Amino acid sequence: MSKGNAANATDNELEGGSWISSFVKREIGRVLALGSLVVIFIFFTIMRPVFASWQNVSGGILMSTTVIGLLAIGTTFVIITGGIDLSIGTATALVAIIVGKTVQGLGLNVWAGILVGLIVGGLFGMINGLLITMLRLPPFIATLAMMKAAQGLALIISDMKPVLFTTDVKGWDSIATGNIIPKIPNGVLILFIGAIIAAIILNKTVIGRYTFAIGSNEAATKLSGVKVNKWLIAIYGIGGVYVGMAAVVLTSRLGSARPDLGLGYELEAIAAVIIGGTSLLGGKGTISGTVIGALIMAVLVNGLRILELQQEWQYVITGIVIVIAVWGDNVRRRRSGEVS
Amino acid sequence: MAGRNPGHNALLFVRDLSSSTLVSGDEMATTQLLSLTGVSKEFPGVKALDNVHFDLNRGEVHAIVGENGAGKSTLMKILSGIYKKDAGNINYQGKQVNVSSPFEAQKLGISIIHQELNLMPDLTVAQNIFIGREDRRKGRVFLNNAKLNNAARELLVELELALDPKAIVGGLTIAKQQMVEIAKAVSYRGEVIIMDEPTSSLTPAETESLFKIIRTLKAAGKGVVYISHRLEELNKITDRITVLRDGEYVKTLNTAETSISEVISLMVGRKVDQDQRPDLRPHNNEIVLSVEGISDQHLLRDVSFDLRKGEILGFAGLMGAGRTELARALIGANQKTAGKVTLRGKEVKINNPSDAVKAGIGYLSEDRKKYGLLLIQNVTFNTILSSIPAFSNKFGFLKTKPAGALVREAIKQLSIRTPSENQYVKNLSGGNQQKVVIAKWLTRDCDILIFDEPTRGIDVGAKDEIYKLLTKLASEGKSIIMISSELPEILRMSDRIAVMCEGKLTGIIDNKDADQNKIMQYATKFRD
Repeated sequence: MSKGNAANATDNELEGGSWISSFVKREIGRVLALGSLVVIFIFFTIMRPVFASWQNVSGGILMSTTVIGLLAIGTTFVIITGGIDLSIGTATALVAIIVGKTVQGLGLNVWAGILVGLIVGGLFGMINGLLITMLRLPPFIATLAMMKAAQGLALIISDMKPVLFTTDVKGWDSIATGNIIPKIPNGVLILFIGAIIAAIILNKTVIGRYTFAIGSNEAATKLSGVKVNKWLIAIYGIGGVYVGMAAVVLTSRLGSARPDLGLGYELEAIAAVIIGGTSLLGGKGTISGTVIGALIMAVLVNGLRILELQQEWQYVITGIVIVIAVWGDNVRRRRSGEVS
Repeated sequence: MAGRNPGHNALLFVRDLSSSTLVSGDEMATTQLLSLTGVSKEFPGVKALDNVHFDLNRGEVHAIVGENGAGKSTLMKILSGIYKKDAGNINYQGKQVNVSSPFEAQKLGISIIHQELNLMPDLTVAQNIFIGREDRRKGRVFLNNAKLNNAARELLVELELALDPKAIVGGLTIAKQQMVEIAKAVSYRGEVIIMDEPTSSLTPAETESLFKIIRTLKAAGKGVVYISHRLEELNKITDRITVLRDGEYVKTLNTAETSISEVISLMVGRKVDQDQRPDLRPHNNEIVLSVEGISDQHLLRDVSFDLRKGEILGFAGLMGAGRTELARALIGANQKTAGKVTLRGKEVKINNPSDAVKAGIGYLSEDRKKYGLLLIQNVTFNTILSSIPAFSNKFGFLKTKPAGALVREAIKQLSIRTPSENQYVKNLSGGNQQKVVIAKWLTRDCDILIFDEPTRGIDVGAKDEIYKLLTKLASEGKSIIMISSELPEILRMSDRIAVMCEGKLTGIIDNKDADQNKIMQYATKFRD
C-alpha cells in the first residue's frame, strides 16, 4: 500500500466513523500505552493478589513514581522541542541541598522553602537554556556539563554530608507523606496536579504551542518571527521548575537532602517520556503519555520485586520494555503512514 | 596550451599503463572518447531530457550551457551513474556502455567534480585522494601511510599542483580543495572528467590556475566536460559548446566560430512574443520598501532597490547570483555587513526574522518543507504560527475558537484543498502546502511578501493557481518580491524585473522593455 493511500484512509476515517473509533484512531499511541499498563497490572495481580492492594498501589507504586514522574513531566517539554536534559538528576540533588541550606540558614517555613525549591530549579533550567541558545551548545553537551557541575556543587555545598533540615521545619515531612485527601499521599497528589498543570501549559498556552513548533521545525519557527531563543530558555526553565518540585518531594520523603542521590534519575525520567510515546525527534508528545510511561516503569519494578525477582533482572526487563515500547510505536506509525 | 609540449605531459600520465593506452597528442585530438545519442530522462510530471546528443573527443574541453532547468545536471548525473537514463545510448571508447552506478562510472574512467565539493575536511590531501583505495601493509589491517603520501606526491607533481599531501583539507582554500578533487579524479586514471561549475567560488587568479590545470589535462588527452554559468569563460577554455534548452538538444558550436550573444540567444530560444505578460495593473508610485546598499560577508555587494505598493518585483538571475541571500539578509536571517532598509519613509532595523515579521515582511522560502512549514503539525497550527500572540489572552492562554474560524476562512479564500483544518500539512500537495504558507503571512497581516521560487515543486495545474493568487494579492495592495529562476514565470508575473549576477544587482527593467534575451544578458553580465 502506498503512503498516499494510507494518508487517504486516515482522512476518510477522520471524517466519518463513530466518535469512539475516531478517538481511538487519533489517540492510538496513548490508548496502547494505557492498555499495556493495565495488562501488566492485571498480570501481577493474578500472580500475587497483594499487588493490587491499595497499600501497595499508593504507598508502593504511586509514591515511588512521584520524583521520577515529576522530572519526566518537566523534561517532556524539553524533549518535545527536540532537546534533551541530562542534568535533571543531579540538579535534583543540588536543588535539594540548596533548599535545605537556605531553609536552615534563614529559618524559613514550609511554603517559603517550597518556593525556594521551585525558583532555584527554574533558574538552573534557564542556565541550561542560556548555554544552548547563547553559546549554541548542543543540548546534550550543555546539559551533560550542567549535570557534572550540579553533582559537584551538591557535594561542595553540603560538605558531602546529608542536610538534615526537615525535622526543623513544621510540616515538611507531610509535603509528600501527609494526606490532604484521605488515603492519598500528598506526594501522589502533587504528581497529578503537576501533571495537570503541565498538560494545560503544553496544550492551552502560547509557550506550549511554541514548544511543539520549535520541535517540529526550529528554522521555520524562527523565520515565522518567533523568538526561538527566548522561548527555549523559558522551556528549559519549566523543566527546571519541575526539578525543584521533585527535589522538595524527595527531601520530604527521605527526611533530609542527600548530595549523592539523583544521578541516574535523568535516564529513568527520559525512559518514562519515551515509553509514553514522546518522540526524541521533537514535535510530538503528551504529558499523559509521560505519566503512563512513569507508571509502567514503577509497576514493573514493584511487581517484579513482589515476585521476588532480583533487582538486576528488573533493570534488564526495563531495558526490554523501552525497546518494545519504541519499536512498537515505530511500527504503528509506519503502518499508519504517519512517518515514511 | 601555448608553450607546452603535449607529448611531455601525456607521458606523465602513463604511470598506470595497464588501464590507459599511450596515444600521441596528434592522434588524441581526433579520437572520439565519448558519445551520447538520443538520451532521454523523465521524472514524474517533467521531461528532464528529451533526445539529447553530446560527444567528447580526446584532448577537448566541451562546454554544456543552458538556463536553469535546461537539463545540464540531469545529463551529467546520467553520465556519472547517479541517474538511470530512460532511453538512448552511451558509447565510450568505441564500446556501448551502461553506466549503472557512480562506482561503474569510476571503473569506466568517468569522474565528476561536483559544484559542492565532496571532500572529508578532517582528512589529509593524500587520504582524500585515495579514500576507499588505501594501500595496506601485509595482513591487510594496517594502513601504509608512507606509500599513500608518496603516491599522492607523485600525482600532484605530475599535475603541477602545489599541494602538500599531508595537509588537512579543511584548512585549504576552496580553490586548493578543488585541486584535490581534480587530483582525485585523475587518480582514477579516468579519461573523462566532468566539472560542474568549477569556477563558481574561485577568484579570477584561482580561475586562471584552474584553466592551467585543465590545459594540462587536455594536453594529456583527457576529455573535459565543462559546465558553467560564466559564459565569458567559454572563450578562454572550451573547444566546443553544446546548448541545451528545456531538456532538449539545441546545437553544438565550435567556440572559435561563435559569439557569446549567439550562445545566449540559443539558450533562451523562445520568441519574445511567446511569453505571457501580466495584465496591466494600475501603476502606483508609493514606495513601500526602500533598500539601500545591502552587502553581506560572502556574496552581496551594495544592492539597492525600491518596492512599490501593489507591485510584483521579479528577481531574476542564475543559480548562485545571490537572490536568496538578498532575501535572507533583508529579513535578518543572515547578517548584513552594510545597508539601510526604509519602510514607508521610516528607517527600520531588521536584525532577525522577528523584526522583519513585526515590520510586516513575510518570507516564503524556496524550500518550504525546511524553512516554511511544520510538516508534522496540522493546517491550523501552521496558519497561526506567526500570529500566536494575537490568538492568546494576556495570561498566555490560547483562544482556539477565533483561530479555528479564521483558519477555515483562509482555507476557503485561498481554496486550500484539505479534508479539514486538522489535516497534517505533510499530507497536502506542494501547491496546497505553499498556500498554507501564504495563509500564515496573510493571517499575520504582512504587506510585503517575498516569494522565493513560489512554484518550485508544484505541478503545472497548481502553478496557475499560485500565479492567480499572487496577482490577486498584488491588486489588493500587497507588495511582492518574487525570486524566480524561470524566465517565463518572471516575465509573466513581474511589473518590473531586477536582475542579479554574482551578488550584485545588474539592472532593473520594466516588464514592457524586458525579454528573455535582455534578462540573460544582465544575468551573465554580458551586454551589447
